[in-house]
Amino acid sequence: MRATDIRDPDYFHKVVDCQWACPAHTPVPEYIRLIAAGRYADAYMVNWKSNVFPGILGRTCDRPCEPACRRGRVEENNGDKPEPVAICRLKRVAADLKGDVSERMPLPAKARNGKRVACVGAGPASLTVARDLAPLGYAVTVFEADAKGGGFMRTQVPRFRLPEPVIDEEVGYILDLGVDFRGGTRIESMKQLLTQGWDAVFVGSGAPRGRDLDIPGRAEAAAHIHIGIDWLASVYFGHVTKVGKRVIVLGGGNTAMDCCRSSRRLGGDEVKVIVRSGFEEMKASPWEKEDAMHEGIPILDFRVPKAFIHDNGKLIGMTFEKVRAEYDAKGRRKLVPTGEGDEFHACDEVLIAVGQENAFPWIERDCGIDFDEWGMPVVDTATHQSSRPDVLFGGDAAFGPKNIIWAVAHGHEAAVSIDKMLSGEDTHVRPLPAVQVMSQKMGIHEWSYDNEVSLEERRKVPWAPQERTLKDIKLEVELGFDAATAYKETQRCLNCDVQTVFAPKLCIECDACVDICPVDCLTMTPNGEEAELRTRLTAPAVNATQALYVSEALATARVMVKDEDVCLHCGLCAERCPTGAWDMQKYLLETTKAGPACRSKAAPAPAPVEAVA
Amino acid sequence: MTYLAKPKLHHPSLTRNAVGYTRRDYEGKVSTLCAGCGHDSISAAIVQACWELDVEPHRVAKLSGIGCSSKTPDYFLGQSHGFNTVHGRMPSVLTGANLANRDLLYMGVSGDGDSASIGIGQLVHVIRRGVAMVYIVENNGVYGLTKGQFSATADAGSVSKKGIKNADEPINLAALALQLGATYVARGFSGDKQQLVPLIKGAIRHRGAAFIDVISPCVAFNNHAGSTKSYEYVREHNEVVNRLDVIPCKSEITVQYPEGSVVDVEQHDGSVLRLRKLAADYEPTDRIAALNHVLAHEARGEVATGLLFVDAGAGDLHEHLNTVATPFNRLGARELCPGSAILDRINASMR
Repeated sequence: MRATDIRDPDYFHKVVDCQWACPAHTPVPEYIRLIAAGRYADAYMVNWKSNVFPGILGRTCDRPCEPACRRGRVEENNGDKPEPVAICRLKRVAADLKGDVSERMPLPAKARNGKRVACVGAGPASLTVARDLAPLGYAVTVFEADAKGGGFMRTQVPRFRLPEPVIDEEVGYILDLGVDFRGGTRIESMKQLLTQGWDAVFVGSGAPRGRDLDIPGRAEAAAHIHIGIDWLASVYFGHVTKVGKRVIVLGGGNTAMDCCRSSRRLGGDEVKVIVRSGFEEMKASPWEKEDAMHEGIPILDFRVPKAFIHDNGKLIGMTFEKVRAEYDAKGRRKLVPTGEGDEFHACDEVLIAVGQENAFPWIERDCGIDFDEWGMPVVDTATHQSSRPDVLFGGDAAFGPKNIIWAVAHGHEAAVSIDKMLSGEDTHVRPLPAVQVMSQKMGIHEWSYDNEVSLEERRKVPWAPQERTLKDIKLEVELGFDAATAYKETQRCLNCDVQTVFAPKLCIECDACVDICPVDCLTMTPNGEEAELRTRLTAPAVNATQALYVSEALATARVMVKDEDVCLHCGLCAERCPTGAWDMQKYLLETTKAGPACRSKAAPAPAPVEAVA
Repeated sequence: MTYLAKPKLHHPSLTRNAVGYTRRDYEGKVSTLCAGCGHDSISAAIVQACWELDVEPHRVAKLSGIGCSSKTPDYFLGQSHGFNTVHGRMPSVLTGANLANRDLLYMGVSGDGDSASIGIGQLVHVIRRGVAMVYIVENNGVYGLTKGQFSATADAGSVSKKGIKNADEPINLAALALQLGATYVARGFSGDKQQLVPLIKGAIRHRGAAFIDVISPCVAFNNHAGSTKSYEYVREHNEVVNRLDVIPCKSEITVQYPEGSVVDVEQHDGSVLRLRKLAADYEPTDRIAALNHVLAHEARGEVATGLLFVDAGAGDLHEHLNTVATPFNRLGARELCPGSAILDRINASMR
């Protein structure tokens, strides 16, 4: 293998599995250390810079970081079940305990640069664009059909998961940056919007249409059948305050989970989730499914809805065909009837949460924005620009339904594109991330990070008592970790951003690092091709998604090979190294946001032309 | 200054041996020796060898004297018996322990100061008597604990870290062991575990006095240009006589080598020492030839390593003394103290 090029910013970034997995690339270990140090406000601000909504995400994030967490690999065979660090919970701790951070927020721009940007929709993507651009002097106007900002986070995510003050606070931080917020203003025509002379238009209007289910009885029993996301919004606005005693929720995503748990709180005593696919393949996050089942909601899988059964328009139940999954040679799944005969489930109301669709009835097809055969805008995945470069898309509106953290990531990238475009630069030249690398060595056995590996197991977050939460739809269920529990959880973090950096010229091949490594991830061996090399290391490197760190040749012509997969970042290799050939270096990577750093040095920034009154 | 314990988390593929232990179970406390010390590699090699041979930790007694080397039994086999003796007196404590309980595996760990200076009188006799043991000398040529004076194994002409040339002749411990009748004599290098682990395994399976001289560089005081016990010097001057594979049972031999390139030595317990020749005509069962080879290389400034000599049919001290087969701790009071009538009879027989 060729020696690893650690100057490539992606190399060590990938080692920080959580940060790499996070669409917004939040420096997770960095804020976890700050929480451990009791510096909650600092931890909050690290989050805020990257993901904009730490308090909201700390409750609702889809947590792509957690399945990626290295802890979930190295705890294997040590505890009952390998568990990642409770990264999302810790984010909430930072938000809960931060105190007043208003002083730390950026100030509204002192002078405007004369460029006007319109954001359509006030969801996380648009708000991120606004946050990134407003302090730079852009005049950002956010149009929102509802009265308040927040989008799906406010109107669809139920209050027992996400209290409204949290949304008000974090949306407020953005609107306080001098953003012109136009609540209650639905954009009905893109053409008309484009006539208003915006320098850029960002579409962050989400995927607002719930998919319907066209099966017999749908029209006749319509009064008792609702589209999940519309129903959740009605609950938010107070139009719906109760539900029938027996409720069936169709669908296996997080919206289905929100629907069934909301139903439980509005008078549904007998609530069932019925889903086509198998339980394991459901789109809902595992913890959302657990929470639903904990509230006495059964999840019945492998049942395809066949008909709504009604008595003169009064819904009495639904029939389902039972199926099983079969996989063809290419691994594609097919649901095949089991032939057991249809199953009947009695119910009073049905909520359909079988998916969301994008809908752009307000974008005229002749205004220069290309759409594909599925009715989706053609959007550049890097720049987020449409075929009209001054119209950009992000969040669910760009590539279909994802989740909040993806919307934030899209917002950052779109803001970079807008800033570059309006500075006369090529938006396809994306900025490199900002990287700081700093040795953590303080003494022979002293490091400026806590390198002791804790054996603590992941803790469950405490819940408010169920007899109260099921009676009050606004009462938050999860209470969050207290400071003491949070501290213990922080210690489970392996500090994967503190990198093992090897200097082959200093190595005397004494084997000390190989001997001390608790996870056998180091080997000094003759070089070879990767596939073959992976088999003859101190311990086999079976996880091909994780890199081998291969050094230049040592004095004996062998190479040092490190399997990044299971490294605990405990620093013992560096502690036992007599020559300092191994060093522990903190690798702090921050994606480059809109602003001077994202532009090439030659290009001048848009000049301030207009003072803010 | 803090010394962190090695984290308990381990590689997911870590496996258990036939007696139910992982390799990590054979470790001891975290080493307090200098970073990069060759001795730590030897500890790791002992851990590996014991794990591979399914040694039960509670059937091992590890004994040592004084010195950097003699601290190391704290860093391996944390669940075994241990005895840290006064300086240079490990061989006699080991001999006594072995006589009292012949069922344990005795591992004597010593250094060039402990064995070649203050304890050399004890060393020579424990070998001569054929005490069944694994005697490992962690040989770095300097007194590390007292800041790097030459030890008795430092080569004449080698230069200290302060630039002083050694005028004294060295004691060649491997040659000494050969001369004194050790029945398993090997030399290894802490920087080559692929060689060292099998040498230790062979010694563990040997019945009789097994002696391993391990060149173990002292990174703090003897790893500079001019030293003959540095990583660099030993790597450049290492003349490996053979490569050893320890095969637990003769029936497991599957790989065949061309005639003449391999020597198989069957031990008393049925295990086989398979030696792949690297030095042509080297005959590891010929004591005098081995002695010649070792000394000839020394004269050229080279270090002969590998399994230098083995006599698989050798007996040990118990056989020589015709002692009782049962260890003392399993004999009853009547056997251990047969009474005054028996004593009188013995006394009478000697008048």
